Formats: sequence, structure tokens, C-alpha cells
Amino acid sequence: MTSETLARVEAPAWLPGTLKIFKNIIRYASWGVLILAAAATVLPFVWMIGVSLRTPADLYADPARLWPGEWSVAGFHAVLTQLPFARLAFNTFVFAGGTTILLVFLDSLAGYALARLKFRGRQAIFIVILATLMVPFQVTIIPVFLTLFDLGWLNTFQGLIIPRATSALGIFMLRQFFRTLPAELDDAAHIDGANSFQIYWRIVLPLAKPALASLFVIQFMALWNDFLWPLVVSSTLDMRTLPSALTLFSSQSGVDHAALMAGAAISLAPLAVAFLVAQRFFVQGIATTGLK
Amino acid sequence: MTTATIPPATTRRRQRFNSAYLYVAPSLLLIGVFIAEPILRSGWMSLHDWTVGEDTHAWVGLGNYTELFGDERFRNALGVTGLYTVVVTAGQVLGGLALALWLRRTTWLTALLRSAFFFPTVASFAVVGVVWKFLLDPQVGLINGWLGEVGVTGPSWLADTGLALPTVMAVGIWKGVGFSMIVLLAALQGVPVPLMEAATLDGANRWQRLRAVTLPEIRPALLFTTVISTVTSLQLFDLVYVMTGGGPLFHTESIVTYLYQRGFVEFRLGYASAIAWVLFLLILAVSLIQLRIARSDDDQ
Repeated sequence: MTSETLARVEAPAWLPGTLKIFKNIIRYASWGVLILAAAATVLPFVWMIGVSLRTPADLYADPARLWPGEWSVAGFHAVLTQLPFARLAFNTFVFAGGTTILLVFLDSLAGYALARLKFRGRQAIFIVILATLMVPFQVTIIPVFLTLFDLGWLNTFQGLIIPRATSALGIFMLRQFFRTLPAELDDAAHIDGANSFQIYWRIVLPLAKPALASLFVIQFMALWNDFLWPLVVSSTLDMRTLPSALTLFSSQSGVDHAALMAGAAISLAPLAVAFLVAQRFFVQGIATTGLK
Repeated sequence: MTTATIPPATTRRRQRFNSAYLYVAPSLLLIGVFIAEPILRSGWMSLHDWTVGEDTHAWVGLGNYTELFGDERFRNALGVTGLYTVVVTAGQVLGGLALALWLRRTTWLTALLRSAFFFPTVASFAVVGVVWKFLLDPQVGLINGWLGEVGVTGPSWLADTGLALPTVMAVGIWKGVGFSMIVLLAALQGVPVPLMEAATLDGANRWQRLRAVTLPEIRPALLFTTVISTVTSLQLFDLVYVMTGGGPLFHTESIVTYLYQRGFVEFRLGYASAIAWVLFLLILAVSLIQLRIARSDDDQ
């Protein structure tokens, strides 16, 4: 349509070719910028690994260097001896793993009932669960802290795990997924004599594996990385999780940089490996629930 | 085979108790004890002078709230959190949109780049905060090391009252931009191809296609990631706690950092509960306004 108006102005013969070259230059340059940006994005993690393997003298001598001039595993050795690192890793695994397993189980039970069973008050219960999603965690943390104190659960695993063992978001996500499964499956199983738990366990759960895996992965990640909750519930070093212990360690005076970065690298490692192996579930889980 | 022999009374009893309740009971119990009741109790506590270690908790009505609005330090925290939220949400959503549009097609290169941009989302704020704190360190940090190579003396980023908050914001954007990118990429895959082809046939250029086709199609996802970014930014805590501890001179102290200080350091739980409720209402108001704006745009 615009060609008629443009045709009146005669373009010089060299123009199209030159424009094309310019366009290509811009295209390649912007890809170059994008690749540089991506490299800059992961640079802090590369630097973290680099520093964890350097000696203090090497680091102070040339902070502009990304990679060790002189290699050393002293940092890893230091963090493993200065902190009860095995214990912290164990705590984090028990907290994140135990909570996630319980949470996925309880959320799938509730989600199943809300999606596929008929009972009075179903809609009301669903709305109450959704409403709790609106409330920021900080509002509940003080009363929960007092409840845990009354129960004698502060600084214990049950105190860390039980209050977090269900999530409104997980119930919502699984309910939505379970509703997409055809109702005929339940009817057929009913006729074959299966009860509602057998239908849940043998039919619905196996079909929901991808959704369960996504929920598992993002919840495990969120709990592994969780900071404020374990910080408030645990009070002694032997009950801390990696993120809060790492932070306390970093604020000590005269801290050894290599040890600190080694600690950071070790706390990140399980998630980094999980991310590389199961990226699909991270992406799906985050895209569907908005949890980060 | 036994159903025929069950007397009517039993059937009635079975109707009265529906086993479906057993499935929701554990979750409901936990939500009731650890979320629903604490919400109400924190509201109740915010109306008292509730300090740990004191025997009585005097009723002060809205006293904590009126004290809060005269509290310089709280107003400062509100300002810091508000500024952080606006800048970081804009950065995350616009940056995420740019990346998603750019990396829309799936090739080995875009897949690799997407993973790189997404990776900071996987790391904890604690790891990220500790790494950035030392990356920005004037003596051993890489940033000032590189600046030194080109003859510039780098500032002490986190100790400078003017630079600390912008630096924390930059780290916040870096950490969350991959999240927006993923949400928007998922939405972009859902834009119908025929729609784009029709627009191209009609002579729409790239920019026109973006404005007239792509953006309206991914509106729900844009709104979703904006609301999520806003809500999480308003709850800023971990990054500040690890990187600056709220300093220098309260220049990075957020609402939740202040809440933590009053509640878990000074144990003034009534006052801290009032802060939590103000935060709650703020989050509610901001999300509702954002949803409202989105809806009124739809009406036009």
C-alpha cells in the first residue's frame, strides 16, 4: 500500500544493498550484546567458584582476575571445619525434603477432593483456601512463632516442617490439574469396585505425575532457599539451614572469602544440578504457579 | 456383593459422614492453625502493647498504628520499599518482556541464553546476597578490580548512602528478570500464529505487530508477572538483610527489615504486628489497583 507513495521518490540503486548490510550489522551486534548480557548474568556464579579456589594472598594481589592464579582447596577445607557443614546440609535436606514430600501428599489429597469428590461446603472451603493466598507470610509469622513456643517446637524439625506442610498454592494448582482429567475414568473405576482412595492413588496420581513433579521441584527450591522462616524458628547453629548459617557466617568479622564462597557454592550445588537435570519442571512449575 | 444385606440405617449413616472430608482435613487443619488463626491473632496483637517478657499486654486500640505513622523510621522504610518496588518491578517486567521477545524462537542458542538468564532465579537470596556483597567489595571485589584496570577508583557500593539502594535494586532486577521472561515466554507460545500472519499480510511492521497483536494477546501474563513482582518486592527482606543489613544509615531499610528489627530483635510484637498489617493492606490495595487498571483497560 505504501509502495505507491514511495515510488514517487526514486531510491538510489546502492541504497537497498547498503541498508541490508546495516540491518545485518545491527542484527549480529544485538545478538552479541545479548550473549554478553547472558555471560554477565552468570558471571557472579563463575566468580564465586573462582574465589572459592583461591588463596587470600592471590585474591588480594589481583582482584580483577576471574580465575585463580594459584589453586587451593583451603576454602572448602575451612568451611567444612569452621561450620558444622554436614549438619547444616543435613538440616536443609530434612527441612526442604521432608516438608516438600508431606506438602505434595497433603496438597494432592485436598486438591483431589476439591476437584473430584462431592461434599457439602466444598466451594466454601476452596474459597477460604484461596483467600489465605492473599495474606503475606510476614503477617502470620509472629503468632506462629508464639504457637511454636507454646508447643515447645521452636528449634526443632517438627517446628520447621509441620507449619509449612501444606500450601494453598499447591492445592489450587493440583485442583486445577485434576479437573482436566476426564470424569469417565472415575466412573469406570467405580464400576470396577474401586473406592475413592484407590481411584486417587492408582488412577489420578499416576496421571498427574508431571504436575506433581513441577510442584515438588518448585516447593523444594523455595524451601531449600527459604531464609526468614528457618531464621525465626531455629536459634542454635546445629538447627540452622544453609542460607541462614551462610548469612551469619558472612557477617563475622575477618571472614575468609574463599571459605565463604565455598559455602555459597556448596549450598547452591544441589539446586544447580537439579536445575540442569530437570529444567522442564522448574520452568513449568514457575510458569503455572508464579512461585519463585 | 454385601450391599444387599446392609440395613437401611447404615446407609443413612454412611450418607451422613462423607469420606471426602478426610482428604481435606489435614490441609485444613494446618491452614487453620498456622495461617488462618495467626492472621486474626496478629490483628488482635496489633491492638495491644505486646512485648515479650511482660506479664500483661495492655490494650492500646489503634495506638500502634498512630505511632507507626508518626514513626520517621517506618516512613523511611515505606519510602525505600516503595521506590524499590517501582524500579524493580518495572525492570523485571520490561527486561523480561524484551528477553522473551528476543528469545522467542527455540534454537540451541536461545535455549542456552534462556537458561543463563533464568539461573539467578534458582539461587537463594542468601547465596546471591553473599556473592554480590563480596563481588562489590572495594578491596577484593571483581567489579572494582575491573574498574581499577581501566584506571577508575570504584566506589564502596554498599557503604555509600546514595549508591546502596540503587545497587540493591540492580541485584533485585538481575535476580528476578528470568522469572518474568519465563512467564512471558510461555504466554508468547500461546499467541496464535495465524493472527500474526494475518497482521503481516496486512502490512503491519514489527512494531505495529507487537503493539496491536502480541501485547494484547499476552496481557494476562503481563498482568500476572507485574502483580507477582510487585507483591514480592513489597516483601523485600532477604537481599537487604544479607547485603546491607538495612544500612548505611537506614538507606536500604525495607518494611519487613524494620518489622524483623522490632519483632524479633526488640520483641515488640504488638508494634511489629501493626507493621505486618499495614504491609498486608498495602499489598492488597496495590494488587487490587493493578487488577482494576487492567480491567478498565479491557472496557475501552
